[in-house]
Amino acid sequence: MSVTAASPAQNDAHYKAWDVAGYPDVPTDTKVQLFDQIKGDIRFADYLHGCYECGICVAACPSAKFYDFSPRRIAQAAAREDVDLIYQQMQEDIWECSQCFSCLRCPRGNNPGGIVTIMREVAVRNGMASAKEALVGYSRIIYKIMSTGTQVSPDMLGRDSFPDWGPETADVADNLDLWRRALPPETMHTTSTGWSVAESTLVELYLIWMETGALDMIAEVDRGLHTILLELMEERLEEEGIEL
Amino acid sequence: MTIPVEALRRAKSAEGPVTDRRSLEDPRAELLELERQGELIVQKIDREAVTVSTKYGREKRIQKSHLWHHKSCGQCGHIPGYSTSIFWLMRKLGYDYHDPHDQTSCTAWNYYASATSNPAAQAAVAVRNFAAAYETGYFPLIHCGTSYGHYKDVREELIRYPELRAQVRAVMAKLGKPLVLPEEIVHYSEWIHALRGEIAAHRVRDVSGIVVSVHPACHYHKIVPGDAIYDPDFYGGQRTAVVTGLAEALGSTVADYSTWFDCCGFGFRHILVQRDFSRSFATLRKIEVMKEEANPDVVLTHDTGCVTTLDKSQFAAKAHGRNVGLPVLSDAQFAALALGAHPYRVCQLHWHSADYRPLLEKMGIDWEQAWAEFQGDLRRLESGEKRYLDWDDAEGVHDKNRPPGSPTGDEHDS
Repeated sequence: MSVTAASPAQNDAHYKAWDVAGYPDVPTDTKVQLFDQIKGDIRFADYLHGCYECGICVAACPSAKFYDFSPRRIAQAAAREDVDLIYQQMQEDIWECSQCFSCLRCPRGNNPGGIVTIMREVAVRNGMASAKEALVGYSRIIYKIMSTGTQVSPDMLGRDSFPDWGPETADVADNLDLWRRALPPETMHTTSTGWSVAESTLVELYLIWMETGALDMIAEVDRGLHTILLELMEERLEEEGIEL
Repeated sequence: MTIPVEALRRAKSAEGPVTDRRSLEDPRAELLELERQGELIVQKIDREAVTVSTKYGREKRIQKSHLWHHKSCGQCGHIPGYSTSIFWLMRKLGYDYHDPHDQTSCTAWNYYASATSNPAAQAAVAVRNFAAAYETGYFPLIHCGTSYGHYKDVREELIRYPELRAQVRAVMAKLGKPLVLPEEIVHYSEWIHALRGEIAAHRVRDVSGIVVSVHPACHYHKIVPGDAIYDPDFYGGQRTAVVTGLAEALGSTVADYSTWFDCCGFGFRHILVQRDFSRSFATLRKIEVMKEEANPDVVLTHDTGCVTTLDKSQFAAKAHGRNVGLPVLSDAQFAALALGAHPYRVCQLHWHSADYRPLLEKMGIDWEQAWAEFQGDLRRLESGEKRYLDWDDAEGVHDKNRPPGSPTGDEHDS
């Protein structure tokens, strides 16, 4: 499903800006379909059991201390099936969550952080604007993890990449190859990956991304990145004589 | 802040173990039952093990040797002294291990940051790694707290949802691998905790004057919390015992602070693309509170993201005149230093940002001499004498002033 804006007539309402969190509103049917996908996740029933309104999750939540974010509101909107609020949360709140799972302190046994994970997945699968915006600047990370099997690499510590981390990071950048060769474990002499990953292992990883639909999800948020990854993986699998 | 330890102990002995309502009571038993039904294979603990207690009383066994090191991409990539210290400790204690090439990251950092994956993909990545370990006969030891927490979640999902098992089994069949899970999912800090007595017996540096504050990692003790190590002897069993147990076994003093439960501010996507949140949270809710309430010499923690965030976030806060300036190490690095490891060749402290030198001086380590030794190593690499350094180099076997007969690196890499 592709999320599209509500009709022009709705958007023309003269007394009220018709948007949600800065993005165009969508028809209620679309919101219901999005929530149906959330409810349809196999984990959903284990993540939501009701809400005592106690606020323990909010007290424990780091994002609630910094943003206008509330894990309690996440659980309550899902429990009430309030599709308007859920849509607003998908266009805004869910990307503020730290995914630390402090909210698992919930005495009712809820997992608001887990609900956020599901909502994010649905947002990505549907190419929602908030997902695209949240992942701006993140493409190189997705490329790294999906193509090399390791998420962060030594060469990400570029001289100008993390200026707020202090001059020591620039020292690492300036001496990267030498300092990597000085590491005792022979698996860690790499600069473009955290450790040396076997080629056969990458082939297995590519098969997993393709067989489980994880690669397809990228197409909804970054079509260019998807094309690059698809070509890379298909070429590598063809070299191995693997037919999909 | 006082924890009513005695009252909690009395209540616990009167009421018996608490039941974990949100995660499986005994995932090990569930796995063995699924194995009996032919649904999956369970890799068994097959070497000497230490039994520890988890949050709700379930006993968990920690295999001591013959371990398959599931490395952390964040540790290996940005704080490599974290990984090398874990390896070094294992070599120091004389336990064999395997450092594999056929391992991928758990990919959970990306999953929790971008959600560009799904339960089947995440479970397949986990099981592929477990299958790689199973093929070698070495038992998995997970370096990263997020990998550990995520894999516990994956295990719960594979146990609970037959349709997910079927999907993952089909993917694994295409890879020519079985659906296999280990009998226990073990974090390296649990191995350190279980062996803290053996580790402390090798201590050569006095750390009794060192005051430590501990940050327990969220993904260690909050995801599937029932499987984390707790012990009534530490915080009355109300917090995880790992890290604190090691620090006390080594003889240092653990100083408490009120925001211990708060996360470090890592945030997964935030640390990479929204760092104003990470910096603010790490310094205002953690480092400054530690300084004001505990004033430690060092912050110890046991996860990739926590070391990164707490260490790297202090530079910008210092520029704003905030009350920061604490070195941040992993428990493995601290233990390695206490056992005589080289601060640069092994612990790789030059990759850290917050100033660790006052801590080294308090531990009796001449960091200037150590840095000069490391610079000598680098000159050997630059001159082409060697392409790479190895464990013998880390032990300083080429040092001119090395006493004859000093111990060198053992031969433990397979």
